[in-house]
Amino acid sequence: MRSLFVSIVVSAFLVGCGSSVPLNNAPVSDASVKTLAATDGENGASGVKNGGVAPVDLGQNDSQMGLSDAKRTVYFDYDSYVVKPEFQALIAENAKIIISHPGRKVSIEGHTDETGGREYNLALGQKRADAVVGALSVLGVPSSQLEAVSFGKEKPAVQGNDETAYAKNRRAEIRYQ
Amino acid sequence: MIRLLCNRFRLFSSLCFALFCCVPAIAQFRVEVSGVGLTQVPITVAPFKGQSTSSAKISEIVQADLERSGQFRPVPAMQAGLDEVSLPDLSVFRRAGSDAIVSGSVSTLADGRVDVRFRLWDVVKGQDLGGQSFAVNAADARLAAHRVADYVYEKLTGDKGAFSTRIAYVTKSGSRYQLWVADSDGENAQSALASPEPIISPAWSPDGNQLAYVSFESRKPVIYVHNVSTGKRRLIANFKGSNSAPAWSPDGKTLAVTLSRDGGSQLFLLSAAGGEPRRLIQSSSIDTEPVFTPDGKQIYFVSDRGGSPQIYRVGAGGQGVERVTFSGSYNISPSVSHDGRWLAYISRVGGAFKLHLMDAASGSVRVLSDTSADESPSFAPNSKLVVYATQVQGREALMTTTLDGKVKARLTGQSGDIREPNWGPFLN
Repeated sequence: MRSLFVSIVVSAFLVGCGSSVPLNNAPVSDASVKTLAATDGENGASGVKNGGVAPVDLGQNDSQMGLSDAKRTVYFDYDSYVVKPEFQALIAENAKIIISHPGRKVSIEGHTDETGGREYNLALGQKRADAVVGALSVLGVPSSQLEAVSFGKEKPAVQGNDETAYAKNRRAEIRYQ
Repeated sequence: MIRLLCNRFRLFSSLCFALFCCVPAIAQFRVEVSGVGLTQVPITVAPFKGQSTSSAKISEIVQADLERSGQFRPVPAMQAGLDEVSLPDLSVFRRAGSDAIVSGSVSTLADGRVDVRFRLWDVVKGQDLGGQSFAVNAADARLAAHRVADYVYEKLTGDKGAFSTRIAYVTKSGSRYQLWVADSDGENAQSALASPEPIISPAWSPDGNQLAYVSFESRKPVIYVHNVSTGKRRLIANFKGSNSAPAWSPDGKTLAVTLSRDGGSQLFLLSAAGGEPRRLIQSSSIDTEPVFTPDGKQIYFVSDRGGSPQIYRVGAGGQGVERVTFSGSYNISPSVSHDGRWLAYISRVGGAFKLHLMDAASGSVRVLSDTSADESPSFAPNSKLVVYATQVQGREALMTTTLDGKVKARLTGQSGDIREPNWGPFLN
């Protein structure tokens, strides 16, 4: 029904485009236009949402192996895609858990700070996720259990336009599915 | 006739070339005009007879369109009550400095449709330049106004108008993301998709019926192709890792995309019908943001293979990679004009991200914006304007600019943060 409505609205748009006539001619009375009268007075901006999407949250707390956010988040330096030594213990702990749950899939989600383009940041976030996947693989985690994905700058951990906020957003999160 | 008018405008512009012309911003339409040597046709768009009863003020929409194009300067109407059948007293308009007049009427037909009629006059030559009428559904009155502007633009500049086209963009309001399809002035927006997760990189198919975009609704970036008239969506890239940056080939049969499924962010070609992607080029660096040239023979993209993100070009078969941008250490988001003459992109200058324009033939570059957080440029289908996202007073906003950067307009429409514009093709 919703898509039918949208289809009518868009057809009206297209029919509108096609109905120009030279000024000297009488206006064309186009029978097909009558069916479009249903949209009279409608404002397409409200209530038209084809393909509305219901929220899904796969990341409930006890599905995360009892690990707090801090125990699943690796932070990166500015313009860096290398896992710092101080995160080795965190990586090792997660590696152990993943290896001991061979049926469990794990997403590594890379993020960037908010400066720069969306798509290029997506690629940079991917590099961070790939770096964490690499560090886990070195410790023997099968790659079949791991998927490196990126959110780029779309999902900052904290809001703000200063270096403190940026530092908290340059990260990769290990998420148990 | 057009040539004569143009000559006259050249004379006009050369007369005021030495002067610093700074026309004050027209607050109502948020059009900013700046710079020297502007060549603008002074035009009067008279209030259309009967438009006061209509929700869309036709003459205001027409005038705003023409102003936004940068090619026209409004002159107030010196004679009231004009419509498409009146014979305006051209000497009055000539004295007021007007070179052209648009007059018309709006009436409601018995079946509820709206009849928009207009006529264009060349004041200088005293010539009737013709007119049209559009009998449209009341909801499409704005579209009729854009068609009037297209007619005037083409008659007086010789170039096809692109006002009756559509722009897709994304808004973020709280944690709600929406993909919109709007008129070329940002108004009359209709929601194509609402999601609790980000939506980025919408790209119109060449036929204007479908949008490809990246959605994070499944907790990772995947690419959908979405038919805007039916609302039907197809998931066309959901490979392991990230799927992003869709770009249509000019024939609409192929999409260039960025996939990380084989490690790193790499360019692939994918049939618009779906199926197995084939690799375009292989590198150990980031390769992303592909965009086809209008002839379909080449693909511009962004790569950090030289140590910093720069724009490169490769044959659509993957042969002959060559670097395109050389100045600056951060050049991203290429967009090619439909006539193939221009490359718009974002370059970091100091700490600011600014819209740049390169002449594809000569490689010469100019900065088009004075804002500092520009993103996602996209050309109008007539290659005369660029729409881009930026930040104005701390909020995300959409702007259009002429290719000389002298006339900019902020698109109105949705409130809140607004981003990721993509200008659709001509609609027939």
